[in-house]
Amino acid sequence: MKHRTFFWFILPTLSAMILFIALPIVSVFIQSLYVGHEQVLVVSESCGPFGCTETTSVDLEATEALREEAPLGRFNGAETYLNRSHLAFAEIGVAWAEAETWGSFWNDVRDLPFYRALAFTLTYTAVVTPFVLVLGLAIALGVNTLPRMLKGPSIFVSLLPFLVTPLVGSLILFWMVDGDGVIGATILYLFDDPNLSLKASATLTWTMLIIYGIWHTLPFSFITFYAGLQTVPSDTLEAAKIDGANKWQSMLYVVVPHLMPLVSFVTLMLLMDNFRVFEPIVSFKAEAHATSLSWIIYNDLRESGNPLYGSAGATSILTIIGVIILLTPVLIRTWRDFNRKAH
Amino acid sequence: MKMNKLIVASALATLMGTTAFADGHADCGPAGQSIRILASDFPAIHAVADAAEEACAGAAGEFTRNHTTEARQIMNAALTPNPSEYTSVIVANSTLTQLMNDGLVRPLNDLIDAHGSNIPDNLKIVVDGNVMAIAFMANSQHLFSRSDILAEAGVDGVPATYDDVIAAAEAIRSAGIMEYPIVMNMQTGWNVGESFNLAFLAHGGQFFEPGTANPTVNSEAGVAALNTLKALTEYAHPDHLTQASNETQALWEAGEAALGIMWGSRGAAILDDEGSTEEVTSNTVLSAAPSVEAGGVPGATLWWDGFTIASNVSDDEAAATFAALASALNPEMVAANNDDAVWLLEGFTPGQAAEGVSATAAAGAAPYPMLPQIGLMHNALGAELADFLQGNESAEDALADVEAAYTTAAKEAGFLQ
Repeated sequence: MKHRTFFWFILPTLSAMILFIALPIVSVFIQSLYVGHEQVLVVSESCGPFGCTETTSVDLEATEALREEAPLGRFNGAETYLNRSHLAFAEIGVAWAEAETWGSFWNDVRDLPFYRALAFTLTYTAVVTPFVLVLGLAIALGVNTLPRMLKGPSIFVSLLPFLVTPLVGSLILFWMVDGDGVIGATILYLFDDPNLSLKASATLTWTMLIIYGIWHTLPFSFITFYAGLQTVPSDTLEAAKIDGANKWQSMLYVVVPHLMPLVSFVTLMLLMDNFRVFEPIVSFKAEAHATSLSWIIYNDLRESGNPLYGSAGATSILTIIGVIILLTPVLIRTWRDFNRKAH
Repeated sequence: MKMNKLIVASALATLMGTTAFADGHADCGPAGQSIRILASDFPAIHAVADAAEEACAGAAGEFTRNHTTEARQIMNAALTPNPSEYTSVIVANSTLTQLMNDGLVRPLNDLIDAHGSNIPDNLKIVVDGNVMAIAFMANSQHLFSRSDILAEAGVDGVPATYDDVIAAAEAIRSAGIMEYPIVMNMQTGWNVGESFNLAFLAHGGQFFEPGTANPTVNSEAGVAALNTLKALTEYAHPDHLTQASNETQALWEAGEAALGIMWGSRGAAILDDEGSTEEVTSNTVLSAAPSVEAGGVPGATLWWDGFTIASNVSDDEAAATFAALASALNPEMVAANNDDAVWLLEGFTPGQAAEGVSATAAAGAAPYPMLPQIGLMHNALGAELADFLQGNESAEDALADVEAAYTTAAKEAGFLQ
């Protein structure tokens, strides 16, 4: 394709991407460099049905004047990125200097909100992604060998977890693992321990969230692989058979290599999705044991009364950087494959 | 045709307006204005808005209401444009500060002179000399007890102090009646922060250095409050960090708890004949929130609900909205909805469901602080206390974390330099 033609061809997509992806990211980045205005506080008396107390309130006129002067807020540079809610280098330095063992250093680090969230987010991503890849491929292969009559219904059933809205799906599971729910009660009965609670233990909460994550994203990898299986060339398979390959060998050396581009694609999607884990934490009310980067953003914007835009912006940018780091190996691999094929 | 409809409509409006007026009920302020109310979604708020609509919808050009449990989340955004989305928001202590921080509600002094002669002084929420809201109902946390179970465990009377509550819980547990007799709203986030506030205020704690936004929760009172909470949760179900009002109410109604620190507004719902058994409802006793020492400050925060008028609306709309809502605060409305709330209004006869809140207020509980930076502190408490309650951290460390988290947020919001 000529460069000129290519340019006109790509222009609509490119401008949409700039408008809807690049510009918002730039705006979030700029916001993350600023913090709110100084609030001018005045001491006053406040009275109500329960009597009078001395209190402080915001001096609106003075604060408004500051706001007019600099609508974006006060420039804070990278300070927000470095404060205790984010990378917290100062706090980590202190912990490093004072900690005597790795364990106590790790405890201090886990006390910082960003690292606590990062620990869960990474564990979740690292466990859910391979499980979903392997299980999805296994189910796809299984369904593919079923008799034609059973294929339709089993595909439908396998897709069900995907059709349930994440928030609703996790709420249903949350009620099921309650001590009075069907799963929770069964576990209590099996282990014969009335104090066992899935919601009260950090390890069990993490396990529950991870199992939920696998259950919920499995259909995506299943259906992608299943579609890929339909394109495996039958003559190659027959050739392998004639060469004496058994079923296992032809799967390993013919089917899986054929699906490799799809594996890269599914891995990319899963890494991105899992790194943004959010809904199950809210619906499982798991904040005491597990938080994620997306949950921190939500908490900054929604729960504090004063939305902390700078803080949320900084976490967003750090999340984007995290996703880029995670995706780099997969992207490099795809790029190499592409180059090999092109030459 | 359109013109005809308009004439009929306005004639009807005038007619209805005059009937209401003739009844001697309502002064609805300027006629033909638009009244738009944003409010939370529970029966008492509906009762007030219903009464306002009944009295003044006829005189108004438009009367709309949005009742949503998400009111707190949308109110600032909805009032920011000029003209704003709503002419009035029905708020509570904490949400009023949230609106005042951004200057989104107007002082009501002039409107009270013109249309609010029926409003007694104790309902006026005065900040710095200006009336910013009109309160109409009260709420607070207090103690719920099951008299039959306490008697069965050999406990005399209703517990009055935290030590009494813990002793009673121990008696119930050792009698083998219940393993987890206590329910409290300890869900991580806002609820656990609020539970800390209760014990903190009971121990005489102060959130900030007076007149500044410097935190002072990492104090003796803070440590004592956390130890009280920890002692109580020993007797609460292990899932307590996931339980808020809906869950604790359900546990209570299912007869699975004997001592509860819950919201007064749940009293009527627990005592009614829905969702529970006769055994539970007839033996549920509502009393003041427990204090540290007998006769001390109860571990509760007093809340009021009241209405405000938006800044960014025309003076006529503001007057019409104010007049409509003020007219709703009458003894007939209270009489018709007596048990829906602890009304602060004339004509209220406190029923059984109101006993807990009344006793808590009478014992001198503190109101939830109306400070501009309290939301940030509450959020920090909600996020940082779980580690201590799970036994991973000392009380001092947890409170140091709270102060550090608060300080970071308060610097960003501009309250601290």
